[in-house]
Amino acid sequence: MAEITLNNLVKKYGDGFPAVNDVSLDIRDGEFMIFVGPSGCGKSTLLRMVVGLEDITSGELLIDGKEVNDLSPKDRNLSMVFQNYALYPHLTVYENIAFPLRLSKGKFTNDEIDSKVRMASTMLELDEHLERKPANLSGGQRQRVAMGRAIVREADAFLFDEPLSNLDAKLRGQMRTEIARMQRRMGTTTIYVTHDQTEALTLGDRVSVLKKGVLQQCASPRELYDQPVNLFVAGFIGTPPMNFLPAQVEGDELVLPFCRVPMPAAVRERASGKDLLIVGIRPEHIKDADLGDVPANGVRFEAPVDQAEWLGNEQYAYIPFTVEGAVKDKLDELDKELDGEGMRTQMVVNLDPRSRVREGDDANFVFDPDTMHVFDPESGDCLTRDDAKAAELAQQSEEDRQRALERARARETQSA
Amino acid sequence: MAKESMKGTGLWTTLAVPIMVWTVLPLLWMLSLSLKSADTLADPDSAYFGNFWPKEPTLDNYRLIFTGGASDLFMPALRNSLIVCVVATFISVVLAMFCAYAISRLEFRGKKMILTTALAVSFFPVVAMVTPLFEVWSKTGLFDTIPGLVIPYLALTLPLSIWTMSAFFQQIPWEMEQAAQVDGASSWQAFRKVIIPLATPGVFTTAIITFFTAWNDFVFAISLTSDQARTVPAALAFFTGASQFEQPTGAIMAASVVVTIPVVILVLIFQRRIVAGLTSGAVKG
Repeated sequence: MAEITLNNLVKKYGDGFPAVNDVSLDIRDGEFMIFVGPSGCGKSTLLRMVVGLEDITSGELLIDGKEVNDLSPKDRNLSMVFQNYALYPHLTVYENIAFPLRLSKGKFTNDEIDSKVRMASTMLELDEHLERKPANLSGGQRQRVAMGRAIVREADAFLFDEPLSNLDAKLRGQMRTEIARMQRRMGTTTIYVTHDQTEALTLGDRVSVLKKGVLQQCASPRELYDQPVNLFVAGFIGTPPMNFLPAQVEGDELVLPFCRVPMPAAVRERASGKDLLIVGIRPEHIKDADLGDVPANGVRFEAPVDQAEWLGNEQYAYIPFTVEGAVKDKLDELDKELDGEGMRTQMVVNLDPRSRVREGDDANFVFDPDTMHVFDPESGDCLTRDDAKAAELAQQSEEDRQRALERARARETQSA
Repeated sequence: MAKESMKGTGLWTTLAVPIMVWTVLPLLWMLSLSLKSADTLADPDSAYFGNFWPKEPTLDNYRLIFTGGASDLFMPALRNSLIVCVVATFISVVLAMFCAYAISRLEFRGKKMILTTALAVSFFPVVAMVTPLFEVWSKTGLFDTIPGLVIPYLALTLPLSIWTMSAFFQQIPWEMEQAAQVDGASSWQAFRKVIIPLATPGVFTTAIITFFTAWNDFVFAISLTSDQARTVPAALAFFTGASQFEQPTGAIMAASVVVTIPVVILVLIFQRRIVAGLTSGAVKG
């Protein structure tokens, strides 16, 4: 049980490049915190700074209010699951799990060690494998041994470094729910690094999005999705990603490639004097107008469908458009930051599977301008972010978290 | 499938048999000579192949070296050999372990230089070093002492040991150690409980290389010792027959058999340990 506080953490390597730049974060007791970002964003480095495997160049790392900057990993009482598991190949599964207990000399008797190891192994369904060596285990089993080694000790926090990235898709899904269940059950503060946004959104109480070592936004998954602070977060969260369109300001309207939209009030205030903006619309917010169910203030537009993909439960349509000038440069840069390949010249629309849009034909679409995000093309800031709504979402998610923890605790006492 | 593997086995047998004969025959010959009496050895009439295995095996030669006339020469030499080799092996393994660990894990200036120097040292011909060493050793009082032999053996074996061991250390994933540290191990505990067990094949390989080099060395042993610290290979050269007309062949062979035994035992013990792929299963793969 611990609260982990990061105050202005900086990590610079020999060449002076900051891999982690001025990250401040407050991880609450029992919280499931996610660090997410494209490769090279510093998320793993940040995690390794917390656990003590990387030195902290400057800033302050507090665990339960105590500075631990200069403590070695063994004295921080955190446990970690490595990306490639890092099991001890010369030890059996049993001894792998018992390893951290045996190290704290005299703290546990052999009987205590045995009961703790067996408890962990039962929880992770490893009972029948206890006498095997890691070499003879499957990927998923190895992963569970690594987790067993992490949970067997009463560590103040669990740290996970992309623990599921080596598993195949099916197993990854299973292990994901398993990790979530375990974390709730144990109520231990957890930091989880991933580049997979499904993991980030499903597991995290809060998610920290990093870009080039800088923390962009730390918020609940819902807030990240609905109220992103900037272009990067908006583009990173969501599959398929948010569509970004150039928007020319003309009087009180925004001119998009296929239509005109009244300028939202918030944008009018914040973007005075700018004549070019970027509009972001999530694929699922654009609907087939021919299916009916059109919102009252919906903006209709007609656009050519280049390609359609029907998946049974949903349907994607791709609408090409051209971007030029400053907006193109900005979007190219964003694409590069998101590990893209510079091919973002089409709009993706997530339609109802009943929709009969056809490749090569024009189709009628509609979207609710209230769901639209508007960004400043220079700073990338989101101009439509509603702080009041964001605060509400944050509060909701915190309440959800508390409730889940309480319920888990209640279940625990009941079964005990 | 089965046919192919049969073919493979046949090929291997035809290759392996001559090689085995070639390597084992001298050893058998050594054994047979050590069991023959001095008379048989001296008799030109008995020098034919049918007489390869002694008709009347005798342990006289062994008695000679253990309790008889040659025991004054052989027994101290055997003791010296054991001490010198065990000490040299122990020091060499420990030093090489730390050195190789530093080389494979730490970034420091002159790392490359250490490795190339180590290699360059091992290029040096042994005979070229012996004479100057003899001079230095006689001046410093190291001549005819146990350390006087241990030191050159270390110089001889350390380079190879360091190279072998750093190769083994480099195969061990970094995460092993970091995981141990996170699990609450100090650097020393991580080294001892995780790194060393994983590097065991390397440790044993190095130990064997060092032990054999020292055990078999003749040049240093004959040049840098007199009667105090003389080891077995050197002592054999001083064996004499019962009379000046008699070759001490039997005694030499008996002594050779005796000194071969530790080597065989060592190999039998360690070959089980020298298994590759001990680290498999550590990380995803």
